[in-house]
Amino acid sequence: MLEEVIELALRRGAQEAEAFYSEVEETPVLFEANRLKQLNARQVSGVALRVIADGRLGAASSSRPGDVEGLVEMALESAPYGPEARFHFPAADSYPSVQTYDPQVESFSLDDMVHLGQGLIDAVRREQPELVCDASVRRAVHRVVGVNSSGGRFEYRRTVFSLGVHGTLVRGTDMLFVGDAQASCQAIRDGSAVVGEVLRQLRWAERTARVATGEMPVVFTPQGVAGALLGPLVTAFSGRMVHQGQSPLAGRLGERLYDPRFSLWDDPTLPYRTGSRICDDEGVASRRLPLVADGVVAHFLYDLQTAGLAGAEPTGHGSRGPGGQVGISPSCLVFAEGEKGLGELVREVGNGLVVEQLMGAGQGNVLGGDFSGNVLLGYKIEGGEVVGRVKDTVVAGNVHRLLAEALLALGRGRWVGGSLYVPPIAFARLSVAAKG
Amino acid sequence: MTPDELREEIEKALRGWDADYIEVRVDETTATRIVYRGRELEEIGRSRSFGGNVRALYRGGWGFVSFNDPRDLRGRVEQAVSQARFVGRERSYLAEVEPVVAIVPLEVGRDPRQVPLSRKKELLDGYNELIWSTPGVSSSNIFYSDAHKRVVFASSEGAYIQQERIDVSLRIGATARRDGDVQQASVSLGALNDYSFVETLADEVRRVARRAVELLDAPYVKPGIYPVVLDPILAGVFCHEAFGHLSEADHIYENERLRELMVLGRRFGQPILNIVDGAAVPGLRGSYRYDDEGVPAQKTYLIREGVLVGRLHSRETAAKMGERPTGNARALDYRFPPIVRMTNTYIEPGEASFEDLIADIEEGVYACNWYGGTTSMEMFTFSAGEAYMVRKGQVAELLRPVKLTGNVFETLLNIDGIGRDLAFNQGGGCGKAGQMPLPVSNGSPHIRIRQCVVGER
Repeated sequence: MLEEVIELALRRGAQEAEAFYSEVEETPVLFEANRLKQLNARQVSGVALRVIADGRLGAASSSRPGDVEGLVEMALESAPYGPEARFHFPAADSYPSVQTYDPQVESFSLDDMVHLGQGLIDAVRREQPELVCDASVRRAVHRVVGVNSSGGRFEYRRTVFSLGVHGTLVRGTDMLFVGDAQASCQAIRDGSAVVGEVLRQLRWAERTARVATGEMPVVFTPQGVAGALLGPLVTAFSGRMVHQGQSPLAGRLGERLYDPRFSLWDDPTLPYRTGSRICDDEGVASRRLPLVADGVVAHFLYDLQTAGLAGAEPTGHGSRGPGGQVGISPSCLVFAEGEKGLGELVREVGNGLVVEQLMGAGQGNVLGGDFSGNVLLGYKIEGGEVVGRVKDTVVAGNVHRLLAEALLALGRGRWVGGSLYVPPIAFARLSVAAKG
Repeated sequence: MTPDELREEIEKALRGWDADYIEVRVDETTATRIVYRGRELEEIGRSRSFGGNVRALYRGGWGFVSFNDPRDLRGRVEQAVSQARFVGRERSYLAEVEPVVAIVPLEVGRDPRQVPLSRKKELLDGYNELIWSTPGVSSSNIFYSDAHKRVVFASSEGAYIQQERIDVSLRIGATARRDGDVQQASVSLGALNDYSFVETLADEVRRVARRAVELLDAPYVKPGIYPVVLDPILAGVFCHEAFGHLSEADHIYENERLRELMVLGRRFGQPILNIVDGAAVPGLRGSYRYDDEGVPAQKTYLIREGVLVGRLHSRETAAKMGERPTGNARALDYRFPPIVRMTNTYIEPGEASFEDLIADIEEGVYACNWYGGTTSMEMFTFSAGEAYMVRKGQVAELLRPVKLTGNVFETLLNIDGIGRDLAFNQGGGCGKAGQMPLPVSNGSPHIRIRQCVVGER
């Protein structure tokens, strides 16, 4: 059908066209309040069409099967008002071989999925029977096909298997939320890593503790880094933000802005990560791209249009949104790591705070790297030990400044979700405000 | 497929299964979006989403199948039923409702589908130009969308309902920058079944642009505990985020501890506090006639005279808790099952004028507009888009945006003044369980909170 769409678009007056098909078949097994509740089957697909007509970009998407006419009509209707196209759809390219498909995901039985999910809940509740848990185990198969009028064509399949458990403990008006999740392109038969994380959270939150207001050393767990620091950090590497001068990194390529121990790269060629792929959603071949190398700003992320606007090389980071629109996003982000475990970082810090989940992230000058929020799950460190969970505690800082001036240590990393490899990170000082 | 053929097809597919309940939903949405980031238009596009789902219940277990291809509907029903039978081990709970058969006509004001794309672009180009012509502005962003949606719902109990709606939403933001300092101001607006608000925003756009620039010169608030007056937008969002989500019965019904905490009759506020949710309140973003389980929309008191008197239900949560369904089961689109959601959530007006609310505040903060924030049921953190000091009963200098944090329960009890000027915020979209943005509205008059933690953002 994609060829048909392109042909019709060209016949109706487009000079170039690109059609993108995506399909997902997902089977989530959902547990609610400690027991199996719902079984789903999601089979959804859609086609996105982009045209270049008289130098301008038009776009459309449709999930109605066989909607060739509709797609072409909608895309051509929008093109006269669209932005000037600053690129041509890429010709045929050779793509790296990237492992994203595991047949064992497709054949994973429902009984085994139920067993796995119930196992997560039971293991967590053995430690804390009062916990009320939701859990999910999902298997999915994605298929992606892209075709354009320059002769470009790509197609790949990706399996995704994920599992997670989240628990709530309510005592009066006091609420504790714990949880962890894991995802991969390969089947996961063992939930012990997820269970281990949740049990650690429960143990560390067993007692409550108070920290005093002031500056102090703070350790972000991998989840804490992913939830609180990653957004403000990665936004600055978006080619669009850089091109518009909104990123604090604009014009700083090649400069050593961070601690030399800090490196960060995006690698869609890693085997079996959920962001892995042979090419991006515009057909630009995947490659490992350093963003920060030993503290030096190395690259920014671009899609075709932004690369054209900025006069930069496309980096293969065009990604489709739910309506088919193209934006810029990383695929698999990997942080350089250290050798110490989370517990060792805590010992090294001596006295301070651990941040696991921050509430209210995304406020303030995110474009500038600011983050701040209420500590939803975090702990006090005293004498090198975690002594209890803190509440009514607010932290605030700037991720660029922290990574430049206050990096104490990077710990041993772990995968958070399916496509993000992050270490726990200890910072020498961060501003902390506690009530009472 | 004609509407009659579709109906026949659905009703045929629903017959003859061994399940406690089955429903089919089919929806089609046609949307236009126009996005500006910076001086240039970044994206303009049209989209059509079409698909359906089947949900089946058997002995307390649910099966749910979603799809784009409407052929072989009976096969989809079979799959959902067998899923439900795989899960179901206990008993089904589903509150009784009268099955409704209705074709609800679309009552539309100015129809965005009748406005040519060229006109929409011209108008938004003009707004973007207004922002850029304001001295000191360094960037702008505009996000416009309109979406027409038609939903058909049918159940094994004999319900058959067709509804339509048009959602129009517009967010306009300006950024000002000086050295390393960045300040933003924005406005989010929306309407149900009416485009006309989009056409008359020039003054509002100028105000937003000027505000971003003014904030560069505004002082920081001195962090501390203050009496705080919230404007209707911020108070409405507070009401939705901090209290509304706690009222959703699906958080509560399977959790003994939360049931104790949210027991009806418990005092949550002073006797002046009344909080309502209801899709039956007409003409707002969260309004509809029937929810996605075919339950007629209602107006539900959550808090009356400070006391918890109700909560929001799906048919299942209502039956499990022995309460009446409230018509709050909603699904974002065919890809999702309906879950308990808010509709139009608001604090009812009281008697105070704005002057009354600030009159006896020696030193306090007047916080307006919504910038961002979240709650964890127990705690909340919100950013105001705009804030002023209040000194000796008067609104004083403009502040840099402030952040309000606190404990939800303490803060509700601390609401000690309620204005008479109810207004609704229709620019929001609510997110829950991956279903976002669901059209909702929230509203409030100006309210006063006796003491609240205020910090820099």
